[in-house]
Amino acid sequence: MRNIWTIAKREYDNYFNSPLAYVVALAILLPLGIYFALIMFVSADQAFYGGGAPQTNPITWLFVFLMVFLSPALTMRLLSDEARMGTLELMLTAPVRDFELVAGKWLGAMMFVLSIALVTLVYPIIMNNFVSPGIDWMLVLASYIGLILVCSAMLALGVGISAVFTNQFAAFFTTLGLFFFLWFMIGLPAGYLPTGGEVLNYLSLSNHFSQSMNNGSMTLGGIAYYLSLTALGLFVGTTAIEIRRWR
Amino acid sequence: MIKVSGLTKDYGARRAIHNLSFDAQQGEIVGFLGPNGAGKTTTMRILTGYMPPSDGEAIVAGYDVVEESLEVRKRVGYLPETVPLYQDMVVFDYLKFMGELRHIPNVDGRVNEVLDMVGLLSRADGFIGNLSKGMKQRVGLAQALLHRPEVLILDEPTIGLDPGQVVEVRELIREIGRERTVLLSTHLLHEAQNICDRVLIINKGKIVAEDTTENLQARLIGAERVIVRVRGEADELADTIKAVKGVRKVETLEDGGVEFEFASGKDLRPEVAKQVIKDGYDLLELRPLGMSLEEIFLELTGNEAKKK
Repeated sequence: MRNIWTIAKREYDNYFNSPLAYVVALAILLPLGIYFALIMFVSADQAFYGGGAPQTNPITWLFVFLMVFLSPALTMRLLSDEARMGTLELMLTAPVRDFELVAGKWLGAMMFVLSIALVTLVYPIIMNNFVSPGIDWMLVLASYIGLILVCSAMLALGVGISAVFTNQFAAFFTTLGLFFFLWFMIGLPAGYLPTGGEVLNYLSLSNHFSQSMNNGSMTLGGIAYYLSLTALGLFVGTTAIEIRRWR
Repeated sequence: MIKVSGLTKDYGARRAIHNLSFDAQQGEIVGFLGPNGAGKTTTMRILTGYMPPSDGEAIVAGYDVVEESLEVRKRVGYLPETVPLYQDMVVFDYLKFMGELRHIPNVDGRVNEVLDMVGLLSRADGFIGNLSKGMKQRVGLAQALLHRPEVLILDEPTIGLDPGQVVEVRELIREIGRERTVLLSTHLLHEAQNICDRVLIINKGKIVAEDTTENLQARLIGAERVIVRVRGEADELADTIKAVKGVRKVETLEDGGVEFEFASGKDLRPEVAKQVIKDGYDLLELRPLGMSLEEIFLELTGNEAKKK
């Protein structure tokens, strides 16, 4: 466990050395800021005519939606670059379990995303000051738990795929392709199938978050889905590293 | 401390090492000599727990490299051939990170200690990417020494260092080798001769010779080669040397020097020197030529072929 933390800490610090991480942070925070301003502006306008209070869940939704495209950039080099630079040899001959290495990388990426998410908490806080009698904090909590779960799944899958490749761009596009498929496409046939549509909907990366958690309803199925994907990603990563040893 | 028996490794259809067996005791420095692709790095990678062997067994520091890989890795310090380092990290932070992975108590103090040992204390705050090749090599060495390993495995430890540093690093290795087990690979026979107690010569994945460096040379050569140089024209120098009894294989080199050989045991150098001076030459140089690894190697592999 201590090794996971040591590796995560190094990875987290490393993000701040790389311009890419700043670009990703900007690419999330800038649209979110604009979107927030728009929401506030429109709600203030509508309030005159009896419009309801604004909520923060469109912002958390946008955060997660942007992560579909940006999280592959955060995970692509985590293990592929170690393999390319040869530093994997260093890690694999240190007294660190393969799982600890993969989990450490995932946790490092997770901490970086959580840092960005922490910054976005200013939006509910500001909004709370403008709304009487205040916003629904339980909804905010549910949204953020959902956000953490989705990000956890995406980053774990990204780390897992990064372990398979030696080229970071191969890892990037594979991860992006997978997320695109899981987010947009897997649920599409659900409406046209006589039976079994629920299964496809269940497998969609977006459904549990967009339909339930972000609207305040934590479903056990959703939690299980995202945690399973996280476990799957870490398992794929660990297995890929083990296979590298045998080659 | 290292006990290898029947070690075999296949990369697909290619057999990198074949039925390798050797051991190394505590307080012993063992040299691993061989040309590129002989299987040195593969063997070292197996011993450090980087990859498992296809067959055979290796016990390092009392633990099996496959079954108890983590225990082995805790006790082994390893300097890989390519010296992989995180280029975008500061030297100190990098070593601290590696030290934390090894759960070293008082890691900051130990990092400074090791940096001092390899002479990099002044560059502790610099980025690894900005260091010269020799300095990177020393950072790698520092990393291998960090946790006071029982077994030190060094893949070409002096490559890329300048002569002064080579001497320092060899001195360091010799010092460590007094209490611990050191296995190092090298191309250079004189390096092996210099620091190793014992040498393993490996070719095409097999050990072709195993002995102390002195024995190995004596056994192989059975003769000693010497080069003579004199001032000015020396057309007849070869004839002068040939006149000394016991001298054989006299050859004049392009630059005017003359090489000759005599059976080891009786040193003919004083006789040759006397003869050269007697004939009126100004003797500039009279130097024994060690046998290069390549020569020993050709000799050994040639013998192998003959046996078959």
